[in-house]
Amino acid sequence: MIPVMLGVVLVIFVMLSLSPGDPAVQMLGPDATPEQLEELRDDLGLNDPFLVRYVKYVWNLLHGDLGTSYTTKQPVAKEIFERFPTTLLFTTLACIVGAIVGILFGIVSAVKQYTWFDNVSRVIALIGISVPSFWLGLMFIIWFSVGLGWFPSSGFYGPKYWVLPSLTVGLVQASNVMRQTRSAMLDVVRQDYIRTARAKGQSEMKVIFSHELPNALIPIVTVLGMQFGRGMGGSIISEQVFAIPGIGMLMTNAIGNLNYPVVQGGVLVIALSFSIVNLLIDILYAFIDPRIKSLYSGKKRVRKTKNEFVREPGKESAANG
Amino acid sequence: MSLLDIKNLTIHYETDAGCVEAVNDVNLKLEKGETLGLVGETGAGKTTIALGIMRLVPDPPGVIKNGEIFFEGKDLRTLREKDMRKIRGGRISMIFQDPMTSLNPVKTVEEQITEVIRLHQKLSKAEAERKACEMLELVGINAERITDYPHQFSGGMKQRVVIAIALACNPELLIADEPTTALDVTIQAQVIEMMIKLKNDLQTSMILITHDLGVVAEMCDKVGIMYAGEIVEYGTLEDIFDGEQHHPYTVGLFGAIPNLDVETDRLTPIEGLMPDPMNLPEGCNFCPRCKYADEHCKTANPVSHEVGEGHFIKCHRFAKEG
Repeated sequence: MIPVMLGVVLVIFVMLSLSPGDPAVQMLGPDATPEQLEELRDDLGLNDPFLVRYVKYVWNLLHGDLGTSYTTKQPVAKEIFERFPTTLLFTTLACIVGAIVGILFGIVSAVKQYTWFDNVSRVIALIGISVPSFWLGLMFIIWFSVGLGWFPSSGFYGPKYWVLPSLTVGLVQASNVMRQTRSAMLDVVRQDYIRTARAKGQSEMKVIFSHELPNALIPIVTVLGMQFGRGMGGSIISEQVFAIPGIGMLMTNAIGNLNYPVVQGGVLVIALSFSIVNLLIDILYAFIDPRIKSLYSGKKRVRKTKNEFVREPGKESAANG
Repeated sequence: MSLLDIKNLTIHYETDAGCVEAVNDVNLKLEKGETLGLVGETGAGKTTIALGIMRLVPDPPGVIKNGEIFFEGKDLRTLREKDMRKIRGGRISMIFQDPMTSLNPVKTVEEQITEVIRLHQKLSKAEAERKACEMLELVGINAERITDYPHQFSGGMKQRVVIAIALACNPELLIADEPTTALDVTIQAQVIEMMIKLKNDLQTSMILITHDLGVVAEMCDKVGIMYAGEIVEYGTLEDIFDGEQHHPYTVGLFGAIPNLDVETDRLTPIEGLMPDPMNLPEGCNFCPRCKYADEHCKTANPVSHEVGEGHFIKCHRFAKEG
């Protein structure tokens, strides 16, 4: 994870140094004298060679310092973590909507494959993944806030404000999740062990939820994790549409102002949350599928086989008896 | 009253490419405590009959076109799904062909055995677990391993687990669908020995589906020879193995077994292939491969003729004169 982080910092650094524009001009305005500009650049360390700036940044980073925002003169870390809970909440809500709607429709679609329900939900899901979320967001604003006046169109100050943004992003995610759930379930329903479960006299509901779903869970969880990670970073546009004061909003403003430390810090936090989510998903795999778990507990297994080896004669006769 | 009485069972798979006539007009009878062997080539419809009895024919594309399946006098086809579920796993249970894929990979063996016990017997969780341990010991697996997952077992052990699940509720009828095909010969022998022992101990009737005539000789009381969805010969073990009169297909099957005492360079197979079940011949299904076939066989599908008591052969050659 640490190499990933360093790589992310490097890439962002290179991209920002290659991008046109001068933060000093941006901050002082067009009336500033060349001397003032030069002084500010020196202050900000922008005149240092690229490598020196990079090493300095990483060094500060390792000490937990993300730098100071050019515009507000506040520590970047503080600015980001003030907004982090908003983005986290937004993403979580959207993911919950995506998971519930996506998994439910995916299951029903798979169980009732090629029926009208399946066909309709597949078409809707296809539309869902094709539609850009900002367009859907604007449509929702037109229908539900402007037209019907049910929900406020912007801001993020309470449950009422949460509904439209979460639905917008959540439904787009649900389309992905639904497609993945459907195909994973279709893979599983044809398996022999599902027939075994039916042959035991198990009810159809139980067969679906306790035999089929757990086996289809790995691809579903993978997609959900990716959606969540993408939500942490990629809700930039939706946050703009709904004027949600989250990290995405912070970063768009920072990019406009050439506020380098904030952009870097934002990207870093997004990359970090993405990595953490991926790690959590990987750990989750082991709980979903015991076969994956046994891959990781290799050491323990070796010890166990040794024990078995000692007792083998007794065991062997028991196994054959 | 027979334990199981199948009358005129016809099962088709209706696919886009055409209608597969998997089982055609099959009649079978099984008395209590008996073992019936169903023998035939791959694709002869053996498994479809078994799934038909369990009402587990995949639908779509499978359709039970016609026929009745009486189990202790009740027609299974007319039962409500809820009542059928009580029979499945409880009174009729099935051992599936491939042990490698028949167990749920994300559930422990314990969960999978107790599941069937708790569905059909009113036992507490602890009692069900104890019963599951007993079942595991019964099939020769150390009860300590009950908390293991299927991937921690070998193929033979998985098949034993599948058998333990099938026998957990003392079913009256056990359908074993090629229980030994996926296993190597030494494990096969162990599993068969174990099944014979369990069958005798628990007094279970059994339908054994196989293409191994050796297994049939060892285990069965009655034998049905299947060809292209039909039972072409049906009789007691003696009728089939030692009888004088046989269906030409049965003769061919036995002829294909190499004789240890005679030096043979080539095996003697039955010439030709089984007909395409989407496009069965008009007359007798076996007629394209039959050396006795005449014009009559090509046009008229024969009916079963009783050549001895309880010994039926579906061939024109055994039609009674007049």
